[in-house]
Amino acid sequence: MGTIAKIHEMLETKQISCKELTNLYLKEIDNANKELNAYVTITAEQALDTAELVDKKIASGEKIGILEGVPMTLKDNLSTKGIETTCCSKILKGYTPIYDATVWKNLKSQNAVLLGKTNMDEFAMGSSCETSCFGGATNPHNTNHCSGGSSGGVASAVGGNIAAYGLGSDTGGSIRQPASFCGIVGLKPTYGAVSRYGLIAYASSLDQIGPITKTVEDASIVYDAISQYDPKDSTSQGYKGVKTFDTLNNDIKGMKIGIPKEYYEGIRDDVKEAIFATLKSFEDLGAEIVHIELSAVKYALPVYYIIACAEASSNLGRYDGIRYGYKTAHYNGTHDMICRTRSEGFGEEVKRRILLGTYVLSAGYYDAYYKKAQKLRGTIITAFNKAFESCDVILAPTVPMTAFEMGHATSDPIETYLTDICTVPVNIAGLPGISVPCGFNAKGMPIGMQFIGKKFGEAQILNAAYKYQQNAGQNFKDTKWGVKL
Amino acid sequence: MKYELVAGFETHIELATKTKIFCSCTTEFGGEPNTHCCPVCIGLPGTLPKLNRQVVNYAVKAGLATHCEIAEIAKMDRKNYCYPDLPKAYQISQYDMPLCLNGYVELSNGRKIRLERIHIEEDAGKLIHSHGDTYVDYNRGGVPLIEIVSKPDIRSVDEAKEYVEKLQQVMRYIGISDCKMQEGSMRCDVNISVREAGSEELGTRTEIKNMNSITNIAKAMEYEFERQCDVLESGEKVTQETLRYDDATNSTYPMRSKEDAHDYRYFRDPDLVTINVSREDVAEIKKSLPELPADKCRRYIDELEIPEKDAQLLTKYRNISEYFDEAIKGVKSPKTVSNFIIGQIFSRLETEADKEEFNIKTTPKQLNELVKLLDEGKIRNNLAKSTLEKMLDEGKNATDYISESDMGGLDENALNDLCKQAVEANPKAVEDYKNGKEKAIKAMVGFVMKNSRGRADAALAEQKIKDLIK
Repeated sequence: MGTIAKIHEMLETKQISCKELTNLYLKEIDNANKELNAYVTITAEQALDTAELVDKKIASGEKIGILEGVPMTLKDNLSTKGIETTCCSKILKGYTPIYDATVWKNLKSQNAVLLGKTNMDEFAMGSSCETSCFGGATNPHNTNHCSGGSSGGVASAVGGNIAAYGLGSDTGGSIRQPASFCGIVGLKPTYGAVSRYGLIAYASSLDQIGPITKTVEDASIVYDAISQYDPKDSTSQGYKGVKTFDTLNNDIKGMKIGIPKEYYEGIRDDVKEAIFATLKSFEDLGAEIVHIELSAVKYALPVYYIIACAEASSNLGRYDGIRYGYKTAHYNGTHDMICRTRSEGFGEEVKRRILLGTYVLSAGYYDAYYKKAQKLRGTIITAFNKAFESCDVILAPTVPMTAFEMGHATSDPIETYLTDICTVPVNIAGLPGISVPCGFNAKGMPIGMQFIGKKFGEAQILNAAYKYQQNAGQNFKDTKWGVKL
Repeated sequence: MKYELVAGFETHIELATKTKIFCSCTTEFGGEPNTHCCPVCIGLPGTLPKLNRQVVNYAVKAGLATHCEIAEIAKMDRKNYCYPDLPKAYQISQYDMPLCLNGYVELSNGRKIRLERIHIEEDAGKLIHSHGDTYVDYNRGGVPLIEIVSKPDIRSVDEAKEYVEKLQQVMRYIGISDCKMQEGSMRCDVNISVREAGSEELGTRTEIKNMNSITNIAKAMEYEFERQCDVLESGEKVTQETLRYDDATNSTYPMRSKEDAHDYRYFRDPDLVTINVSREDVAEIKKSLPELPADKCRRYIDELEIPEKDAQLLTKYRNISEYFDEAIKGVKSPKTVSNFIIGQIFSRLETEADKEEFNIKTTPKQLNELVKLLDEGKIRNNLAKSTLEKMLDEGKNATDYISESDMGGLDENALNDLCKQAVEANPKAVEDYKNGKEKAIKAMVGFVMKNSRGRADAALAEQKIKDLIK
């Protein structure tokens, strides 16, 4: 399994050169991407340049950092200087940022090897990656199924072993849900733990960048590398405590794991059974299972769709064809140009959410929708605070089901919205959540569960998840794709 | 029927901070198009605003100088509208929690024009129309603005002019803006309605935009007042609408409804955090404020016995009042200093801009020395006047023109001699005076002054000459 730790060891002990490794990944991308459709841009040249740099460093006997030379990928909504960044939308085709997102700036300075940019739902709006203007990324466990979304490309690439790890973004589950569908780990950090500067906004008060990795240990390594205060992002705070890596292996004896019954209503049996089967592991480890109440999460879905769409309608106003990206070919005056550009440039789902968001902010409707949603957001935050009085972490399903078949999600948008039920509460409350694979169903599709932590409680949920993987195994299954190390 | 004008102002003022409100680009006026820009102020995808704290401090200054309450917490909101000069398709502004509330500007007639609020926001870019194409220049985008919203307390065009002048004056005094209407660093929209004189109810208002000078504000308001009176007089109703003032035709005309009918969909900007304004910070800013023009003016009148009209002239611009404050140090009569400034010095400063700049060769200390010579009786007024002219030409000290021998008055004998000579040398004047031409005496006094090189006491000389002729 090509984990970060493993690759680091191989590079350090010169079992493989960084260039050989990078070429291996590039070759496998070439093989797999036609079916997985995980990558939308491949940056081979840049990857090999970095690899060469790392090899020189190793040859000269210099010590390398844990992420140095490790081949990885970025979701296509993270700004990369000089590399096209499209959010998988027609309206941003041809747009090449002139600056780097803070997370990428950090990783680049640590000589991370960027293999390319990965597929996503258009502007991160979707649950199957299929609203992408490039078509959806498929599931490496079964390409008739979707990768999940919106960070489907990252999950497909990491699950399919054509990237060691990747960074995605999570507004309502977009890291955890595809991680769950592809049988890997996805961490959505506390709001403010990672700088959003350079992340092309979907819903600013909910968006958060986080790692998608093969193991909990890798998630901890990447999280520690990207979590920090950024003066460019007023909402960033960074994690001021110890590095999560240092406490990964702490004993969880006496840790109280809360099971909120509301999260298990309407969950498919195979998912529910897989999660309940893990409880034995926690008991073995000395953790205490407590049953808790979290009835306020029933408001989470409408609150999420109102707030996210409202913010999106404002955030996406700037795509008008004037400065960058797509511009309509024929028009009559500025107003007509903007109308046509947006009508032609945005996909159906994005238009739906812009319209919905515009509506809920309009004079006469603001109080009934947006204001009420903000109030309920407060209610949900309070409910989580209350829940954490009786437990340390919460254990819940990540998604009520396993990966949809291709085409299923886009056929009924409302039904698809409902599948976000388990992931959105965390974004609304600004809490950290991590999805960890906990088994496979009868058809061999991966099942995920999520740990939810207190604000800036990343160390705790990573600790719980890590101990679980130590006890029950990592549940990572190699697929026919990718690099086998 | 007699009608009364009712008006309120929305005034935008560009703040003179070095950098923009949400990034570190320069706020300098002009520059090649799109050279004072960065990813943040052109709203590139993924960029985030970072509030420049100096903008908050300047706005608090403006609030304190206009007697506002300063909010302890404020927030930034998005005002959504689509226009090519607005690269994010929303303007970051303040909606329901502005920084400053409930202030006033006091006019010379004693009326207080209440201020509803002062809030901070970002400016938009500029459209440039050229050769049938339209271009956008984002240099101005993100320059910090305050918007000062008054209550509809203004009752005449004269009050409106004074209100704008007073705002300009106070903002320049506290150094937060140059308030140049021509360059757009001060922009006014006026809400105007009319009602029957004596009525308490407000009429339907119109809003006039696009006035780039105080003269145009006055002209636009006069025109609009007449227009609305005519509408009412003919039994019709005034329509609530936004009007554009056209300088060339001196009339107002409605803007296209598209420009007018906005639903801005205000909501809190999730990219920015709550603004906390501690009471300590407010106290600190308050301490840093200079003496405000209204207070200065009052002090000149009450303590220095300067006539009100003169006090207003002296306090109109900060440079003048500071010069005056420096020049009166230790002098017996501040009024003498005031007279020199308003008289001789002002006559050399032709425009208001010259007066504001107040760039003269004589330093306040040099004027102070000259006036002290007068105070001590070492020189007479005439000599002081002529000396000041030379000082203003060349920038030298008074003592460079006045020798020791020029100082001190004439003794009695010398004065008597000079008066005799004056009478002898001017037989025609003597005769005229005797024939009742009072003014003829002036020629003889002038002779004495000239030949004493200004040292003689003119009044005393006149008396002595009269005695001689009698």
